[in-house]
Amino acid sequence: LKETSASPPPLLFLLSPHPPELCFSAAMPQTQSSTAASGGGGRLRDAFGGVLCAFTLLLIGLLAFSIRLFSVIKYESVIHEFDPYFNYRVTQFLSKNGVYEFWNWFDDRTWYPLGRVIGGTVYPGLTLTAGTIWWLLNSLNIPLSVETVCVFTAPIFSANASWATYLLTKEARGPGAGLMAAAILAMVPSYISRSVAGSYDNEAVAIFALIFTFYLYVKTLNTGSLFYAALNSLSYFYMVCSWGGYTFIINLIPMHVLLCIVTGRYSSRLYIAYAPLIVLGTLLAALVPVVGFNAVMTSEHFASFLVFIILHVVAMVYYIKGLLTPRLFKVAMTFVITVGLAVCFAVAAVLIALVASSPTKGWSGRSLSLLDPTYASKYIPIIASVSEHQPPTWPSYFMDINVLAFLSCFLPLSDASSFLVLYLVTSVYFSGVMVRLMLVLAPAACILSGIALSGAFSVLTRSMKFQRQTSENAGDGSSNALANSETASKEKPSKKNRKRDKDSEGSSPADHMTEEKLLVLPCGPAAVGIMLLIILSGFYVIHCVWAAAEAYSAPSIVLTSRSHDGLHVFDDFREAYGWMRHNTDVDDKVASWWDYGYQTTAMANRTVLVDNNTWNNTHIATVGTAMASPEKEAWEIFSSLDVKYVLVVFGGLIGYPSDDINKFLWMVRIGGGVFPHIKEADYLRDGNYCVDAHGTPTMLNSLMYKLCYYRFVETDGKGFDRVRRYEIGKKHFKLTHFEEVFTTHHWMVRVYKLKPQKNRVRGKLKLKPAGRSSSKANSMRKIGGKKNPWQ
Amino acid sequence: MAAPRHHLLLLLFLAAALALAAAEGAAAEEGPRGRRLLVLLDDLAVRSSHSAFFGSLQARGFDLDFRLADDPKLSLHRYGQYLYDGLVLFAPSTPRFGGSVDQSAVLEFIDAGHDMILAADSSASDLIRGIATECGDPEAMVVDHINYAVTDVDGDHTLIAGDDLIQSDVILGSKKIEAPVLFRGIGHAVNPSNSLVLKVLSASPSAYSANPKTKLSSPPSLTGSAISLVSVMQARNNARVLVSGSLDLFSNRFLKSGVQKAGSKTRYERAGNEQFVTETSKWVFHERGHLKAVNVKHHKVGETNEPGMYRINDDLEYSVEIYEWSGTSWKPYVADDVQLQFFMMSPYVLKTLSNDNKGLYSTSFKVPDVYGVFQFKVEYQRLGYTGLSFTKQIPVRPYRHNEYERFITSAYPYYTASFSTMGAFFIFSFVYLYHK
Repeated sequence: LKETSASPPPLLFLLSPHPPELCFSAAMPQTQSSTAASGGGGRLRDAFGGVLCAFTLLLIGLLAFSIRLFSVIKYESVIHEFDPYFNYRVTQFLSKNGVYEFWNWFDDRTWYPLGRVIGGTVYPGLTLTAGTIWWLLNSLNIPLSVETVCVFTAPIFSANASWATYLLTKEARGPGAGLMAAAILAMVPSYISRSVAGSYDNEAVAIFALIFTFYLYVKTLNTGSLFYAALNSLSYFYMVCSWGGYTFIINLIPMHVLLCIVTGRYSSRLYIAYAPLIVLGTLLAALVPVVGFNAVMTSEHFASFLVFIILHVVAMVYYIKGLLTPRLFKVAMTFVITVGLAVCFAVAAVLIALVASSPTKGWSGRSLSLLDPTYASKYIPIIASVSEHQPPTWPSYFMDINVLAFLSCFLPLSDASSFLVLYLVTSVYFSGVMVRLMLVLAPAACILSGIALSGAFSVLTRSMKFQRQTSENAGDGSSNALANSETASKEKPSKKNRKRDKDSEGSSPADHMTEEKLLVLPCGPAAVGIMLLIILSGFYVIHCVWAAAEAYSAPSIVLTSRSHDGLHVFDDFREAYGWMRHNTDVDDKVASWWDYGYQTTAMANRTVLVDNNTWNNTHIATVGTAMASPEKEAWEIFSSLDVKYVLVVFGGLIGYPSDDINKFLWMVRIGGGVFPHIKEADYLRDGNYCVDAHGTPTMLNSLMYKLCYYRFVETDGKGFDRVRRYEIGKKHFKLTHFEEVFTTHHWMVRVYKLKPQKNRVRGKLKLKPAGRSSSKANSMRKIGGKKNPWQ
Repeated sequence: MAAPRHHLLLLLFLAAALALAAAEGAAAEEGPRGRRLLVLLDDLAVRSSHSAFFGSLQARGFDLDFRLADDPKLSLHRYGQYLYDGLVLFAPSTPRFGGSVDQSAVLEFIDAGHDMILAADSSASDLIRGIATECGDPEAMVVDHINYAVTDVDGDHTLIAGDDLIQSDVILGSKKIEAPVLFRGIGHAVNPSNSLVLKVLSASPSAYSANPKTKLSSPPSLTGSAISLVSVMQARNNARVLVSGSLDLFSNRFLKSGVQKAGSKTRYERAGNEQFVTETSKWVFHERGHLKAVNVKHHKVGETNEPGMYRINDDLEYSVEIYEWSGTSWKPYVADDVQLQFFMMSPYVLKTLSNDNKGLYSTSFKVPDVYGVFQFKVEYQRLGYTGLSFTKQIPVRPYRHNEYERFITSAYPYYTASFSTMGAFFIFSFVYLYHK
């Protein structure tokens, strides 16, 4: 293989329960194409290596695709979870009506009565991608349904992503490390969790776009080619189309550029890699309707413009330095610095004034909560309530990236590798804030551990190979290795760039000779090391396959549980949505907590008040308030919004923990954030939301409690809630303003209908005490002496 | 086995014949209500003692079915279909109905959109009181020592000459009832917060509610004009119910007798009862005051087809035809207070509809600059009339991407700037690259 002769990367295994830590080693010579062995046999070996590499990549792609099919095999070919249903619905619309209709689609079935301009509020990348695939297949007379295409979009794109990983790692390190990283990424659990077949979400294509953009950036950085720079902005455009996470790119790349400038590594390649990306990329990003002027207006993008200015200043300084003599340059320098500082201050003052005038300082809530992890929980419960916005726990690191969390490596500090290191550091931070961003961390961890593993393998295998060769020559290599590496490390850094340019054309035979002598371990430890690495990789593979098969393949609309008497399937969601589709009027409005909005519109085809696109806090708060209010108030709120049906998800009978009672605290918090008469303290007993006998009256009278537990006591006679593990507080009650119309087989989804207003108003004799006093006279008057209940 | 089937067939045949007869009986236009009334009596003597009232109903085309209240074959519906369109409940003292009818059956009958006249008297049973209460009026006996009618028997002031009538042409007809209305029976209280119930005939301020045969030991619970003698209820589904505290009010004796109010010099040859019962029964059985709205249309100005969706700032026209049932035909309803709301959580546009005196109400307006799912909403509730409440949902979308202005005049400097920069850059590059 090619990498056997690649330079040995000094590496480090961090066997600590911490996320990857990074150490910068002394720079080592980097040789990418040093495999070009001199001699005639070398070319054949190269060709063979190329074929083998391509074949391996194909297999990696297959692996990435097939490991994600567990969900289809174990369950069925369905769209998963919540957001994918919306994307699926949009794709259906796109395939039926075309791009322009999609762009101008005003959807009147969501966010009733506000409606939603889908074309202007959705990242169209995923939809357009799947729509294009569907259109292509259909024009090739392969009649696949839109749903099938949607289900398999994510696995296809994870194959693409692993190939992009190969390219990126190869660019930074070499093809061997690239293959290793690609293989690791193909089955990293974190990525699988978001891209199993059926998980038709933005992240499915966005991770590919992210890695590919980084690849093109590094490629441009290495080659200084405008062609790649232009491609890079196109790839960035695709990323902007696909996912809101593009802001990560537009902040990470400027950070890296700044790092390069600060460390004195400015070059024309850096300029070519950055300037076109910002100009073209920003123009292109502004074309995406959902981004629009945000591309130049919001604080998320300011860093890139600032760095753009700095880069030009630095470029000018370098240019002037080349023109002037050192003395003149000094004079000019002071002049420029004074003027430049003045201008900078002026611009900064204007910017600060602009930014300070906006209440959120120009940042969107989500970005702010990334910078200040406590921000959301303090001010925006709606963001804090989303489960994927919660900070992850330590086990989830182990679960999602497994051994990669402990694997990292030293790298020779080149532009490309410093970029990767920066990528890792920032993504580790962000993943620590939001569990969803673990997904961004995964490629970084894969690439770096791929490099580490391939480096380790190459060192160990080579030392075994050399051991055999040098054992006859009284093995002097190992003793020289350390000394050699030290001298190498001392002489390299300053000449780094020139050196790299030369390397890319082909390493000199002399270099080749020195490298071969580097770091050769004794045969025994090398063999043990290889064994250990293989075992480690084996564990990783086993874990990944287990995660793909067991943990992440459940579609969440169909649940299964295994007990001693076999497999139980809970298909209640589809049962309920199917019922609504067939038994309610087309224009009926269904109220539920926002989690089920997308599914209701996609599967039941009914209008909903709120859905998973949480853009209008007030509207969600209205629904939350209704759920937290007593029956009558809730009825008034709902009927003012023309609601016909109310849907609640209840897990108390079968022990399904993510039901509405467990989500109830967010309804109270979000509702109370807008409507202050909802006070969280009224629902709390000893700091807990409890629905047992100690529950507060407000809690036990809330609509959510009543709708969940109505007739619940009839199931077992005690009203034992299997999620909360106690008996409920109020067991026997009647509903006055709502009537139960449908409850699914396992009681997971319960649908209620709002009763119409009473046809008649019953008369009440208000003067009851006075009436009673005269009742004696009245009853005496009566012939039959009948008791009169109204007097 | 055979006998019941035979009966059944016979009944079916009868029902079919009845339906046919009804269809023939109905003229060219179909009224809002059918004409089959069930009259429930305590005693068949009432049939003759109240024959004038029944006669006036029959004269107006109603098909009366007299039954004893405890008739064991009594039934309001058969095979899911109601057999009657209205109910006259002149059985104040019946403790329970016969057959399958009970209090809840009567209430369901009303909730299904049928009408009822209920008369009670001092012997009203719990059942009758129960029904009245469910319709909104609990009851008690009324005595009035001042506004009593002058009669032969002195000292009995329970015969009241009431003239405190509701001011509504719709309920009482356009001709004013001059003579006082004779009333003897129990009064009832109406909850002022109950918007569905109206007092048609109220007691005078000097009336009170008590048992005249006994001595009052404590102040009466119901006094003055709070007492309602006759009240009507129009349910939310427009079913109408008249509750009278007096069965005698409808009797031939009261209809035919003259009246002189105590303390008043004028003596009327005929009491107001006949006019009162005729007009109110017309109202109750939807011969008057029933509105219908048809042909709700809306379209863009200059077009005729109804679009599925409007765009913001579109100009649109809305029209609806409203008719009133006159007892024989649908006549155009003329009013200047019908309002249309263009509604999304709150009314964005509120316009009074103009009419052409032929029943066509129309208006035109500009769609507000807000997108969302709107409703054309007409809520028309007027005293005595059936409520009109109809909505039509219509989404309003924002501009399409190509509906904005292409070139904005005020932006010409920017266009110039960008194109001149591009040109300058091209020239600069050309000069820089090829000029040495």
